[in-house]
Amino acid sequence: MISFVARRLSQSVVVVIAVTLIVFVIIHLLPGGPAAALLGERATPAQIHTFIVENGYDKPIWSQYLTYLGQLLRGNLGYSFAYNESVSSLLGQALPKSALLVGLAVIVAVVLAIPIGMLQAVQRNRLVDYLLTGLAFIGYSMPTFWLGLLLILGLSVSLRIFPAEGPQGATVGAVLQQPLALALPVMTLAIVMLALFSRFVRSSAIENLVQDYVRTARAKGVPEATIIRHHVLRNSLTPIITLFGLSLPSVLSGGIVVESLFNYPGMGLLFWKGATTHDYPLLMGFTVVVGVATVIGNLLADLAYGFADPRIRLRSRRRR
Amino acid sequence: MSIRLLTQDEDGSSTAPDEAGDGGVARMMVRVFAQNRLALVGLGIVVLIVLFCFIGPLLYHTNQVTTNPYQVTKPPSSEHPLGTDELGYDILGRLMVAGQSSLEVGLAAAALASLLGTAWGAVSGYFGGWIDAIMMRMVDALLAIPPLLLVLLLASIITPSVPVLILVIGLVSWLITARLVRGDALLLTTREYVQAARLVGASQRRIVTRHIVANVIGTVIVQTTFEVANAILLLATLGFLGLGPPPPAANWGGMLTDGLNYVYDGYWWLIYPAGVAIVLTVVGFNFIGDALRDSLEVRLQER
Repeated sequence: MISFVARRLSQSVVVVIAVTLIVFVIIHLLPGGPAAALLGERATPAQIHTFIVENGYDKPIWSQYLTYLGQLLRGNLGYSFAYNESVSSLLGQALPKSALLVGLAVIVAVVLAIPIGMLQAVQRNRLVDYLLTGLAFIGYSMPTFWLGLLLILGLSVSLRIFPAEGPQGATVGAVLQQPLALALPVMTLAIVMLALFSRFVRSSAIENLVQDYVRTARAKGVPEATIIRHHVLRNSLTPIITLFGLSLPSVLSGGIVVESLFNYPGMGLLFWKGATTHDYPLLMGFTVVVGVATVIGNLLADLAYGFADPRIRLRSRRRR
Repeated sequence: MSIRLLTQDEDGSSTAPDEAGDGGVARMMVRVFAQNRLALVGLGIVVLIVLFCFIGPLLYHTNQVTTNPYQVTKPPSSEHPLGTDELGYDILGRLMVAGQSSLEVGLAAAALASLLGTAWGAVSGYFGGWIDAIMMRMVDALLAIPPLLLVLLLASIITPSVPVLILVIGLVSWLITARLVRGDALLLTTREYVQAARLVGASQRRIVTRHIVANVIGTVIVQTTFEVANAILLLATLGFLGLGPPPPAANWGGMLTDGLNYVYDGYWWLIYPAGVAIVLTVVGFNFIGDALRDSLEVRLQER
């Protein structure tokens, strides 16, 4: 176990460094290089020159990268010129609200995906399974923003149940004051995830249904319901841990779309505004943070999975 | 962009590479389409969409260049079967023009991604060792950044046009292909004929192209089909977020942004057609990909 943890940990460190390297390369790909990127489009040549000298951009590229890495390690993600505020402070305000939105959506999706996926596995290749499979197929072929638009059109404009705009509070507490406004953004994200998660539960349950221990249980006369609950369900839930880690990047991009559609003041909305106003420091800072968060999420998921299921540890050792 | 995960094995390590020798990829595809209803439906949808977008404008003439202030947001009528948008463009005609760019970008970006991913994966898997470690950690790092984030970042740096969008979407879509090909290449490298080729003195370039790449084509084609669907979704999302190709070029995602502005007026004809077009196209490619993958896996199991 220790060697497994150590190996995954060292791999993650390398990947995090690679993430910063990629963002660093993109900064230098910008027309005008980092000076233009960080000072904005309206910087004068004199300003750019001062900036280059002051920040060491006349030094060799490897020393520039080390400087950049040093800044990151000290928590300096850059300074947004569109908001006139440090990127880390903007992030600190937006992150909890995004986490709330995504977290609620994940909970809704998982709670629904487990019974749906199990039902499909038990009813495999029957009408219910085909119907739900078809729905899941459409679900993940659908652009998130279109699903959101349909929900707005149906539940907000026609039926007038939920407001079409997300909550506008500045803090998580204020956002929670408007639970009805939170409903549509959460629903949109949850439906897309549900399509994916239920497929996952289904295939993992089908795999477990043909295992020897299920056959043994059946042979000794254990009721089918008990088999499903004790043998199949429990073993099918472990992969969901991995799914969390794997789906993190896509959930975050779904967040960008949902937040800009419902005007929900989280990281996604901030990132989208940053992209349309060419606020590069904001974009770079966020990209690094999201990349690092994903790597950590994957690492934690892998470790939790390795902890929950010893077979994984052995397999990954053999592969080396 | 919708949330998608790879449904295939994460690093492709469990799928044994197939040998192209018996029957080849082309025959496999013909058989899949002949036997599999899902594949046939998918192919049918894709063919219809292609005909609609490229042949449609020849039969159904509309003005998609100049705006018409007298015909703004008109509901469907005999003159405009799907109504008009906020600039007075006929929506049915606009769907066709927008579809052309969506399909072009989707196909070209997926092709670019497959070329890049295959080359990267084949080289990484063939050489192994530290080259493999470095190349795969790069892939891991790029996978850690959501494609939409990277695409938004790149699209905000370079003004989007159709070629730029192909490049940008292609550059964020090759990672899964690289992983799958690398997994196959690792196994192929240990095969006797690769060893033999090496002993005979074949150049490394020849081994990689003739023995590794040739044998992973099946995997690559399956993945390419999914990538077309992903690229079309990604382009639609970019268009919706206002970073698609600039006017007068049209795209399906951009058409929906206009719909958003009129959602409170209940102008459904600005919302349904473009969305249905995107979903149909993506479902079509996903059906084909799913069927191809199933048949590839079945073929491997039969062996």
